[in-house]
Amino acid sequence: MRSLAITLAAVLAAGSAQAKTLAVTPGANAQERVQTALLDAKPGDVIELGAGRYDFTDGLSLDVDGVTVKGAGPGQTILSFAGQKGAGEGLLVTSDRVVMRDFSMQDTKGDGIKAKGSDQISFVNLVVEWTGGPKETNGAYGVYPVSSTNVLVDKVTVRGASDAGIYVGQSRNIVVRNSTAEFNVAGIEIENSMNADVYDNVATRNAGGILVFDLPNLPQMGGHSTRIFRNRVVDNDTPNFAPKGNIVANVPTGTGVMLMANKNVHVFDNEIDGNASAAVILIAYSQTFDDKTYNPLPRDIVVRNNRLGRNAWAPAFPGGAVLAKALGGTVPPVIWDGVVTWPGSEAVRVRLSDGPVVNLNLPKPGAMMEANPQISPTLGDAAIEEPKPVVLPADQDKLIP
Amino acid sequence: MKRLAAILAAAALLGAAPQAPPVALDALLAETPAPTLDAYRLFTDAGGRSPNARVTPYGLNTPLFSDYAEKVRFVFLPPGQAAAYTAAGALDFPVGTTLVKTFAYPADFRRPGEKVRLLETRLLIRKAEGWTALAYVWNEEQTLARLKRAGTRLDVGFIDAAGRPWQVDYAVPNVNQCKECHSVAGQIAPLGPKARNLNGAFPYASGPENQLAHWTRAGMLTGAPALAKAPRTAVWDDVAEPLAARAEAYLDANCAHCHNARGMASNSGLFLDVDETRPAARGIGKRPVAAGRGSGGLEVSIAPGDPAASILLHRMRSAEPGVMMPELGRSLVHEEGVALVAQYIAGLQPPH
Repeated sequence: MRSLAITLAAVLAAGSAQAKTLAVTPGANAQERVQTALLDAKPGDVIELGAGRYDFTDGLSLDVDGVTVKGAGPGQTILSFAGQKGAGEGLLVTSDRVVMRDFSMQDTKGDGIKAKGSDQISFVNLVVEWTGGPKETNGAYGVYPVSSTNVLVDKVTVRGASDAGIYVGQSRNIVVRNSTAEFNVAGIEIENSMNADVYDNVATRNAGGILVFDLPNLPQMGGHSTRIFRNRVVDNDTPNFAPKGNIVANVPTGTGVMLMANKNVHVFDNEIDGNASAAVILIAYSQTFDDKTYNPLPRDIVVRNNRLGRNAWAPAFPGGAVLAKALGGTVPPVIWDGVVTWPGSEAVRVRLSDGPVVNLNLPKPGAMMEANPQISPTLGDAAIEEPKPVVLPADQDKLIP
Repeated sequence: MKRLAAILAAAALLGAAPQAPPVALDALLAETPAPTLDAYRLFTDAGGRSPNARVTPYGLNTPLFSDYAEKVRFVFLPPGQAAAYTAAGALDFPVGTTLVKTFAYPADFRRPGEKVRLLETRLLIRKAEGWTALAYVWNEEQTLARLKRAGTRLDVGFIDAAGRPWQVDYAVPNVNQCKECHSVAGQIAPLGPKARNLNGAFPYASGPENQLAHWTRAGMLTGAPALAKAPRTAVWDDVAEPLAARAEAYLDANCAHCHNARGMASNSGLFLDVDETRPAARGIGKRPVAAGRGSGGLEVSIAPGDPAASILLHRMRSAEPGVMMPELGRSLVHEEGVALVAQYIAGLQPPH
């Protein structure tokens, strides 16, 4: 241990005179030296990963509260997992008040950075990518906070994830901003989560840009209260390359925003353009499931004040071509499956002020063959109260990318 | 499973020095872990093969698969202390308890007692504030085991019982990874020594005896019920036992440390502990959530009657990180485990 080249430099940090910096440099034994720093760090410490490329053979993990893992900048500090032989992700964080910032992570065999059960977890100024382009063999998620509270994803770029680039699951109080997701199956995905603000991001060249889903048979269900605003959701045209069996394998290539089985989602002030299947899709979860507590319908959905460019000219969903033909060649940019009844569900309300809108009037989830499409300039005028802005703890919110 | 432990324990008795100094409880409970294993005096020899007094070997009915490594397990209980019986979960061990697990390979499994190479000895130490996990890696000379907190990889070769040669890229976990598997609601807990998994015979030097009975008789365990009343984990490779019980015991030992409602994989909603009875939670017809390429293009975790369509089995059959399950603790495919679970899934009734 002592022989490991970890230099300790005392620094004065506000509120913690004991806080120190653990500096690690690239080179031989990076696995052991970086992991040792992750074990040795005390709350308040900063682990500084110097510029250069680090080659890892195994996953890294952090289980100490209040630690910052900081590189010299994306493209400067590069953590490569091309030779990874074990673990389900590149870096696993299981502690609270952790900041990961200013580095690149490449070619993990599974997920990029996962945080499980963390409070105040921040991903700031990172690049997580699979350098071989979009491939089914790439890892599922780029950044992957799950079962967490107070999640910040700020100025993060993810490329090539075979599921979702930026994925937040079963979490509460979430901000995803200033980030770029490209060449993933799904760019940004909020799933089974409560209170998320997704804004000022770019989702482009994915199969689908931004998704808000809720899935059955999970510890946390009933996702609600997400705002998606001021994003550029453009040119999502990478053919869906997700392995079958994953829910995102069903996202039609060329989807801008997709809302499934979630409640109180507001989509506004976005630029949504160049998405061949649809600008916005509202759809019920249509696969079989065994869960009495799950509601598969999207409800309390608001779509307003978005700048819709050219979308939906070649819908890639099942029955899309038939639908386009029936509607005179094209499909409206905002598509709702129109399912409004489910045992025990509250009333389904929508306010779709951007259009035109097509309501497929499906009698039940997935019954595309029984569609009875109706087109209208807008649809619904329900007064659905917008969720309040997500407020993160002050020291987390003031992190500058 | 218990062969090597028995061989080593028997050898220990032959060479035990009766007046060896006792286990160093103060070292075990010290805040800073000892840099080398010998500091704890858990063994009376430098090679970690002769357990000290109060260090008792034990075995499990169904253990975790670890790349075919033999595992030799011991429990140390401080003088005058005993574990308290609990029907569910690990026994309630007193402060100072140390669980010792050595991972070893004989050069040739057809001669398991010869040319045994110890790789690492892992400790779980029960301190006042909870359990601590440590891993000590043995040197090539097999004379010293050094603390290795950040994990490492070791090259291992062996000949299996059928005479086939194997190479293993064996992984010693880092201490966080110890916790990933041993985590119950974020706290480290023992996995193996549950009453149900100890409820079987062990070949003690004095002869075979049920471990719960032996522990009780030796003053190591209080509050155990009559054996007939204690829960029991099936022996996964004893074909005399019912298939379902063996397969469920195997899944409990190999998957449920993460795949339970309070484990690392709680977010998956796939719970494989023996107490879970809801079909969907057990994977029956359950669609994946975050499996990524681990799905193998399949739709559900377990397709009753159709092993080839079951993601769970696909991930057991893989040795590729990002696909294989469990994520940690193996680099080889457990062929016998795969066969057992495949047989079990094949016999499940498809839903009507």
